[in-house]
Amino acid sequence: MTAPALRTRKSSLLGREARLGWTLVAPALSVIALIAIFPLGWTFWESLHLHELRMPWLGQPFVGLTNYVEIAKDPRFWAALGHTVFFTVVSISLELLIGLFLALAMNRVFRGRGFVRAAVLVPWAIPTVVAALLWRFIFESQGGIANALLVDAGILKQPLVWFIETATAWVPVILADVWKTTPFVALLLLAGLQNIDLSLYEAAAVDGANAWWQLRHITLPLLKPAILVTLIFRTLDGFRVFDLIYVLTGGGPGTSTEPVALYTFNALLQNLRFGYGSALSVVIFVITFGLALLYVKGLGVRLGGDES
Amino acid sequence: MTFRWQNWLFGGALVALMLFTLFPFYWAIVASLTPEAALFRDPSLWPTHIILDHYRALFDERDFITPIRNSLVVAGTTTLFCLTVGTLAAYALARLEFRGKAPIMAFILAVTMFPQISIVSPLYLLLRSLHLIDTYPGLILPYMTFAMPLTVWVLTGSIRQIPKDLEEAAHVDGASRRQSFTKILLPLAVPSLATTGILTFIYCWNEFLFALSFTLGPERQTVPVAIALFRGQYQVPWGQILAAAVVATAPVAAMVLVFQRRIVQGLTAGAVKG
Amino acid sequence: MARIALEHVDKTYPNGYAAARDLSLEIADGELLVLVGPSGSGKSTVLRMMAGLEQVTGGTIRIGERDVTDLPPQQRDIAMVFQNYALYPHMTVRENLGFGLMIRKQPRDVVNRRVDAVAASLGLDALLERKPAQLSGGQRQRVALGRAIVREPLAFLFDEPLSNLDAQLRVETRVELSRLHRKLGATMVYVTHDQSEALTLGDRIAILKEGVLQQIATPMELYERPANKFVAGFIGSPAMNFFEGTLTRTGAGGMCTFRGKDLTIRVPCQPGVNDRVFLGIRPQHLEVVGDAASGEGSLRAEVGVVEPMGNEQIVYLTLPAGERAVAVAPVQPRITPGEKVSVRVRAEGLHVFDAQTGSRISD
Repeated sequence: MTAPALRTRKSSLLGREARLGWTLVAPALSVIALIAIFPLGWTFWESLHLHELRMPWLGQPFVGLTNYVEIAKDPRFWAALGHTVFFTVVSISLELLIGLFLALAMNRVFRGRGFVRAAVLVPWAIPTVVAALLWRFIFESQGGIANALLVDAGILKQPLVWFIETATAWVPVILADVWKTTPFVALLLLAGLQNIDLSLYEAAAVDGANAWWQLRHITLPLLKPAILVTLIFRTLDGFRVFDLIYVLTGGGPGTSTEPVALYTFNALLQNLRFGYGSALSVVIFVITFGLALLYVKGLGVRLGGDES
Repeated sequence: MTFRWQNWLFGGALVALMLFTLFPFYWAIVASLTPEAALFRDPSLWPTHIILDHYRALFDERDFITPIRNSLVVAGTTTLFCLTVGTLAAYALARLEFRGKAPIMAFILAVTMFPQISIVSPLYLLLRSLHLIDTYPGLILPYMTFAMPLTVWVLTGSIRQIPKDLEEAAHVDGASRRQSFTKILLPLAVPSLATTGILTFIYCWNEFLFALSFTLGPERQTVPVAIALFRGQYQVPWGQILAAAVVATAPVAAMVLVFQRRIVQGLTAGAVKG
Repeated sequence: MARIALEHVDKTYPNGYAAARDLSLEIADGELLVLVGPSGSGKSTVLRMMAGLEQVTGGTIRIGERDVTDLPPQQRDIAMVFQNYALYPHMTVRENLGFGLMIRKQPRDVVNRRVDAVAASLGLDALLERKPAQLSGGQRQRVALGRAIVREPLAFLFDEPLSNLDAQLRVETRVELSRLHRKLGATMVYVTHDQSEALTLGDRIAILKEGVLQQIATPMELYERPANKFVAGFIGSPAMNFFEGTLTRTGAGGMCTFRGKDLTIRVPCQPGVNDRVFLGIRPQHLEVVGDAASGEGSLRAEVGVVEPMGNEQIVYLTLPAGERAVAVAPVQPRITPGEKVSVRVRAEGLHVFDAQTGSRISD
């Protein structure tokens, strides 16, 4: 807690410090506004029009909410939404579990800890498309090491064509995502772990708590803020997933692994249906942003309250 | 104090996780050194026959230098610009008191959560009308949508962690705001700037959707796009793809290994402190 | 309640640093033993070894009749009050107090009853539903205490529990702890770096220096018969004055003469002594007199700084040959800086220590 700074005048929008503050922030803000807000507004506007680049003779008439109605009736959209939710939930669950474990392990001091931390960061640092390619290669039906190993181990009788069936196509997708982002999750959780005062564990030990009790009653409750932050970031990333699936399955087989972002991409830049694609964009935006707002609000309150 | 069985559990699991983490890289390196034919016939974990053909083909038959150069230019320029503009904003947000700070921070945080796909089409049309499709500015500009908020966010968090006392002492000694900023804070903030720069660079280097949407051909494609679109004559040229992957990954991996402590600090300073 | 015994305990860290060397001490059932020493003396380490938070590298620790050397803290049935209290921030005061009982699967009503009773005795009943962040430093300290009391352990361990409190609160809490000890009749081991805290609280005091036990005795004995120069200089405030010099026999009457830079005085001593020594004189045993008398047993001195303490004056003196000394003088007459005074030594206040080993020479 800090005492309020001595001020001879109330800090207001017009105070000198305020003016300086706004001046310094202005360039960054305007860049962001120009490049993010302006196009967003455009997208909203576009979504209310018919705009088929492949059929320019139709013009760009204002059609109100027609596009949105079409979305509501579009089975491919709902499927895509389902895929996205499925992907997000499964990935996050795995990542949280493994990430927590990894964080607990990395929280102990041991030789080679720096190396572990670095090694674990590399998947996070490489381009998603490269990660996707690596995993695609591993699961290739011909020359894929996954098949080779599984057959050798006797788990499979013959090589599987992973990308032909939806169920098996999800395996490399989820594996790749878990492989790539668990490090990030582990790092966030590790930071949270390191904020926990060691003497709390000592007090608990003296009080009679063994490792499980300590985990349940000290670590997990005090890790809640970090877990929440992780959930936010990962949920949003999950909903925006594009690169990974584009390269791994292309949305296939057919469109059975297609997430909403890929569907929108196809509508926009392949089918050139700008009006419809924009409406899809808006829907995605509303969902993602809505989630983000919910989370930030919940997190903001929590962070404010824990300031002690 | 530790329990003995805990050590075994964690140790064993760590080893398993390490193997899982490093295996794809190991396999990519091995495969990129194996002749195409051997790969598809009988993939084995241990390289028996090492060749450098794929790597040579990468730079002789294909032009892999161009995508690398493109990525460097785009990521580098974006990072430099965002650092310059972002530092000013971060200074204001971390050190100055004015109304509207909280909404600005919330706004910036919110923009980092934008789904890129939602602004692809208007950006495409905008760039097209400015004749910027398939150019460097045509990528640098859109990249700032996520690079700028990221830079400001991480930098603000980092600067907040630098104690104010030193600048306050400078003010008492008679330094102006600009002097305390350039002579006291900036030198202290160099590590944070470096970290933020690294993070921003990595994000730009890895970016795919915009690069895919706003470039038309090999002249301006960045590394991720180039690799994703590798086409072979008869079949997918896995040998070359993996060689390209290794080449694209090696510098990043090296950077991460060297700067891992900083990167971790930067990531968590931005995220957990909120 | 139980006794605690350390037998030849060693603690050496992997990097070679020895925090405790061949430490043997015994704490009687119901005794309050204070472990005191400067930073790095190993006192906290010793306490933590008793708790099981540090492993011993040699020797054994017994609590009651049990050898607990290899037992983890969970199984030792001791309670500890930490320096920073270590209260669980996400639990209410009630939950903090009841944590140890809850772990031992005590039924809810038993837990509540014991928690309520302890809270009432510590004045915490109004705070039971609050979280630690909403408490003052003194209140948190009481919760930490309460958490230990509720458990009804075999012994209590205190790790500098008062150092985070302001001066007045520290004195008040010290008295409370004393009262608590008498009420519970509990075995308590108390670590502090503050020698005045040690003197006022402890039934006995163990002084540690660099992991080695210097002396273990009652407060008065430590004050009047310190075993070595370190103990002598550590116990008592202001600290004892030391004068370096030689001790030579004078005649056969069991008396020696101490010759220092400024001071020459006769000291009762053992036969066969002819050594370099330190003569120790407590400030309370240096009398400041106004006239300029000199000769054996008294010194001329110049007054440097005078600290008026209300009930006495602490006088910082410079002696003719440059040595410094501290004296405690009564409130009157007022002594002023720069004054030239005479200082007389009281015979009962002489301690002699071997210059090399530091140990006490004489009766």
